[in-house]
Amino acid sequence: MNQYYHSIRIDEDKCDGRMKCMRICPTQAIRVRNGKAKIIEEKCIDCGECITACPNQAIIPQTDPFGELSRFKYTIAIPSPSLYAQFGREILPEKILAGLQSVGFNEAFDLALTCGEVSFAIQEYLRDYDGPKPLISNACPTVVRLIQVRYPGLIENLIPIDTPREISSRALKKQKSKEIGLDPKDIGTFYITPCPAKMISIKQPAEKGKSHLDGALSIADIYGPLLSAMEKMEKGNYRKSLESICILGIGWAISGGICQTLRIKNSLVTSGLSEILKVFDDIEKGKLRNIDFIEAYSCHQGCVGGSLTVENLYISYNKILKLINTLEFEKIKACPDIREVRKLYEQNYFFMNGKIESRPLKPLDDNIAIAIKKKKEKEALYESLPKIDCGVCGSPTCLAFAEDSVRGEVNITDCILRYPEKIKALTKNKSFTAFSSKRDKSTAAREADKKGRKHET
Amino acid sequence: MEPENGFIQEFKVKGGDFSKAGSISTEIKEILQEVGIDSSIIRRVAIASYEAEMNMVMYSRKGEVSFILDSVKILIKTSDEGPGIEDIDKAMQEGFSTATDEMREMGFGAGMGLPNIKKHSDEFKITSEIGKGTNLSITFYLEQQNKQ
Ligand SMILES: Nc1ncnc2c1ncn2[C@@H]1O[C@H](COP(=O)(O)OP(=O)(O)OP(=O)(O)O)[C@@H](O)[C@H]1O
Ligand code: SF4
Ligand SMILES: [Mg+2]
Repeated sequence: MNQYYHSIRIDEDKCDGRMKCMRICPTQAIRVRNGKAKIIEEKCIDCGECITACPNQAIIPQTDPFGELSRFKYTIAIPSPSLYAQFGREILPEKILAGLQSVGFNEAFDLALTCGEVSFAIQEYLRDYDGPKPLISNACPTVVRLIQVRYPGLIENLIPIDTPREISSRALKKQKSKEIGLDPKDIGTFYITPCPAKMISIKQPAEKGKSHLDGALSIADIYGPLLSAMEKMEKGNYRKSLESICILGIGWAISGGICQTLRIKNSLVTSGLSEILKVFDDIEKGKLRNIDFIEAYSCHQGCVGGSLTVENLYISYNKILKLINTLEFEKIKACPDIREVRKLYEQNYFFMNGKIESRPLKPLDDNIAIAIKKKKEKEALYESLPKIDCGVCGSPTCLAFAEDSVRGEVNITDCILRYPEKIKALTKNKSFTAFSSKRDKSTAAREADKKGRKHET
Repeated sequence: MEPENGFIQEFKVKGGDFSKAGSISTEIKEILQEVGIDSSIIRRVAIASYEAEMNMVMYSRKGEVSFILDSVKILIKTSDEGPGIEDIDKAMQEGFSTATDEMREMGFGAGMGLPNIKKHSDEFKITSEIGKGTNLSITFYLEQQNKQ
């Protein structure tokens, strides 16, 4: 049994060790050993970059299958607002929610309403807050994991307000069990998710408690059935269904949506892990002390960029933006009552139950003196390496290779440049020879020709 | 523990170079994480080394930071070439600052740097010579019972 749950799994039969995942992984959590990719459990933050990078579809997101619904007597779909951006512009949330019901849920709940409430709650929290700044949004589980693993010092900057998906699931279970007289255990709430990362927040929440959600279904999986269900439905009244959309909540689908709709002045928005790393480094150095709130999403453009979405992320991003503009223009304010939200806020309704704890990486050794010795060995070994990060050894960089070596996980002879004999051994590898014979003279000539022409222009 | 069993790293600081400012404390933090130092100690070291580094960037022409780690303690020594500090007692007071308007614009100049270094470290020494420069020696003990 692994200590950490992960929402991705590598299918060893499909993996042929092409290292694309290893090179793209932003936390250097993948190694290729004996021709197969391996995930280092403690380093992986479930961002899902490797899923899209793998040319063989060997990295499989672990969302729930549709059959999970049968475990419950009553099921509620809670779609991420990013689902609303997956279809044509005339298909509005009202229709999508009805579509979810016809594919098999007893009910579909508009999460944007809860997102709107949580936006207000964030505003309340920011107003009286005087702790370490900037506060960081916790909506993206990958960002939360990143902080636990790499930036434990920033845990206190994470906003302690629970996520809309958890808050609404908790409330729905309570309300429904009263309404229909079922045990809350028999009511299944399912998040319709743009990313596998949400699975980790359900199976192994960062704050050690238990999630209120029962599972998550992938947008990619549900897209087809949902689309055909909606095609059979009657066309609704566009203007009328516009009126039910919460402008504050719909913004949660895209990066910047929370800050923009709340009009938080001293805020900052960042998306994409490589950008987030830069911003978090700056926070640690104290550079962003005068920023109040940071919206950070692991995926580019926010959740519309999730690895399990269907629509092109820029198109869906624009769709949400246009919807926000339309609602603003039409002055439609189908939002929660701020006085109600304040009342709930005072009752601690929005606050997270447990505390988020750090999850520091395994040191070089448990004994500090030995760890220091290994650190010195690592630095010395690194100095002797070619420092070109070719990755052929199966570690993503020369520095990572040096670390793997002092941890006893690789042999120094695995470095092809220090030990050229290794190349011979590698070329005996089947996939490599197959590749070189496939590339016959004519293709090589054509390629050379192409290159030549490029130089001329 | 013998010094040769310790880990030593030297860093250079360029006065006025705000683009790289803070990178030394980030690197020190990473080393401490790798070696498995307790995260509460890492936080204290990170704050103190950051403040020391920033003071050199803000007030000195150039300087050096040496980071020494053994199984008993963490020692950070800085020495810079710069104007020096006229009245050390005054500089150690919370709120005392000679930061320029530009520096304040960037969020510095609260006069909290030196007091914070002292507060977060187990031992703190400061010496300074007008027109020459300033030296700090900041120590953190890994086990609190080793505190002197
Ligand atoms: N290395 C140094 N060289 C010269 N003067 C220094 C140096 N370090 C500190 N000082 C002087 O001591 C004063 C107090 O330093 P301290 O770090 O406590 O506050 P600050 O740098 O002014 O503001 P803050 O650190 O809160 O941004 C500085 O304003 C400066 O005049
Ligand atoms: S940005 Fe959104 S879609 Fe992407 S990992 Fe985070 S929560 Fe999932
Ligand atoms: Mg200072």
